Amino acid sequence: MNYLEELEQDIRFTEGLKACLQCGVCSAICPAAEFYNYDPRIIVITVQEKNNQRIEDLLKSEAIWYCGQCMSCKTRCPRGNTPGFIIQALRTLSQKHGFFTQSEKGRQQYAIKKTVGENILNKGYCIHPDLMEAEAHPEQGPIWDWIVKNKEAVYDKFNGNLDKEGAGTLRKIHKKNLDELAQIFEITGTGDFYNIIEQESKKQAEAMNIQFDASKKNDYFTHVYTYNSNTHSDDSHNENNY
Amino acid sequence: MILIMKTITKKQSWNSYQKEIANDNLYYARSCIRQNFFPASEHMFLHILQKELGKNVFDDPNHTTCTGIGYHADVVLFDTIQTVIARHFALMTEAGLEHMAISCVTSFGLYTEVLHTWEHYPEQLEKIRDFLYKATKKEFNLPKSIAHTSDVIYSLRDEIAQKAQHTLINKHTGKPLRAVEHIGCHYAKMFPSKGVGGAEFPQVLAGMIESWGGEVVDYPERRHCCGFGFRNYLVQANRGYSMSNSKKKFESMEVYKPDFILTNCPGCSMFMDKWQYTIAEIDGKTYDSYGKGIPVLTYEELTGLVLGYNPWDLGLQMHQVQSESLLDKMGISYDPHLKYTDKHGNQLPKPVSPLHLTQT
Repeated sequence: MNYLEELEQDIRFTEGLKACLQCGVCSAICPAAEFYNYDPRIIVITVQEKNNQRIEDLLKSEAIWYCGQCMSCKTRCPRGNTPGFIIQALRTLSQKHGFFTQSEKGRQQYAIKKTVGENILNKGYCIHPDLMEAEAHPEQGPIWDWIVKNKEAVYDKFNGNLDKEGAGTLRKIHKKNLDELAQIFEITGTGDFYNIIEQESKKQAEAMNIQFDASKKNDYFTHVYTYNSNTHSDDSHNENNY
Repeated sequence: MILIMKTITKKQSWNSYQKEIANDNLYYARSCIRQNFFPASEHMFLHILQKELGKNVFDDPNHTTCTGIGYHADVVLFDTIQTVIARHFALMTEAGLEHMAISCVTSFGLYTEVLHTWEHYPEQLEKIRDFLYKATKKEFNLPKSIAHTSDVIYSLRDEIAQKAQHTLINKHTGKPLRAVEHIGCHYAKMFPSKGVGGAEFPQVLAGMIESWGGEVVDYPERRHCCGFGFRNYLVQANRGYSMSNSKKKFESMEVYKPDFILTNCPGCSMFMDKWQYTIAEIDGKTYDSYGKGIPVLTYEELTGLVLGYNPWDLGLQMHQVQSESLLDKMGISYDPHLKYTDKHGNQLPKPVSPLHLTQT
């Protein structure tokens, strides 16, 4: 398997990697580098070295999952590289090969697929009041609890159209539009991509001996959604010097 | 002679950071986050353009999410989001329109990125046309222009100032109110020439604040990300990243004593509000002198206040940090009894008060 050749099929990778001179400006500006043991400069030099084994190690690492995709690095790089684009290509490849389950942060892709990923196809929105439970979001405060408990009256007050036909805020997305989204997902590959995330996560749950089923509220979901080893700011996951 | 040449050079250097902003006959692309957390802001955008300024803006029931949160959290593939965006262009084409006004900053960044990709990789555009046709039988024209909805309000700021009922002057001191403006990263950091003023000196919010009488606060972390970080918020285990980045900004702006924060990004508006609450609950810290926090407003909420709309019709009660301190400084009267009512004026149960963040 030649990972570099696969990466070069991704426009984001070729757009993101011109020629890095290792100045470190991307690392200086990076919000993730400030709070994690993470250095986008090292990610770029690793793929630029074209060492297949090093790239495979990267695809299995924690390091590729720290970036928040703010894309501040794109503004700053004096050579026109975008480490954020390289990260996007690496994350896609990591999931296509099932490597994402090898890392604590990578395993979280299952939780994202089960929430935002399925919201898109079920509701036509990435987030929706019915799908954003207050107990999973304590940071939203009592005001979110109030909004959800009084959602018909609250959205109606602001000219909303909650779960109803027609135009407007939080309108019900008509079945024909949801069907078009689903067709787009199938034809462009995200349908299969979702299946890979499910299948590889199921395998990983079995390997970790954690209960797993098709529902959202299985033990593996709860584990990957909430578990934090609190080792991401130190050198615990950086034996490969990423 | 030298002075004249310098002036011309400076003007020319800014040319690439100006943009044509269509503000009539627009196809409106809604935001997932704003529909949930700031529904009144999207309503006010449509109301102000359609009713106050007589513009034509189409709010299409067939429009869906652009999938941007899923894309930036790496569960949606690039070909997929390009095709979903192509579908939105097809809906615009079917509506007989050529200009898009996009409510979400991440969507705006993605529409920009997709158009840039198609311009530089025409074969990719043909592939996406084929995907869309196979999936939906739809075809599309490329938009003549795309703008973020804050660009549209920016372009109308002087017209709005002419109709202003309130200005950004502190009624107690007679001095300009001090505003922190926060621009969403995806507005111009990816494609600086597509934002008013570019990534370094964006004018889109500063221009509104100054046109309406306020003063923009400069502070060290002005351009730092709010910390959304997609997977760094969506997964509960990662939220320390998101809060830490907002905290860095709050600590940096605190010493300048801003009267309010103005944002143009759905996530930034929500996070800079909610992380103030969370930090207050964790360690009792607020970033003002009165335990109330710094009010965070969307540009439509601010526009509505300037135009004289009732604060409770603008949805200010949907924030966790309350805005009464700002309303008092602007000299805006309000009835506290109408804060938590339905559209008919019937009282709703009041939300529970946080432990540390004062709610008046």
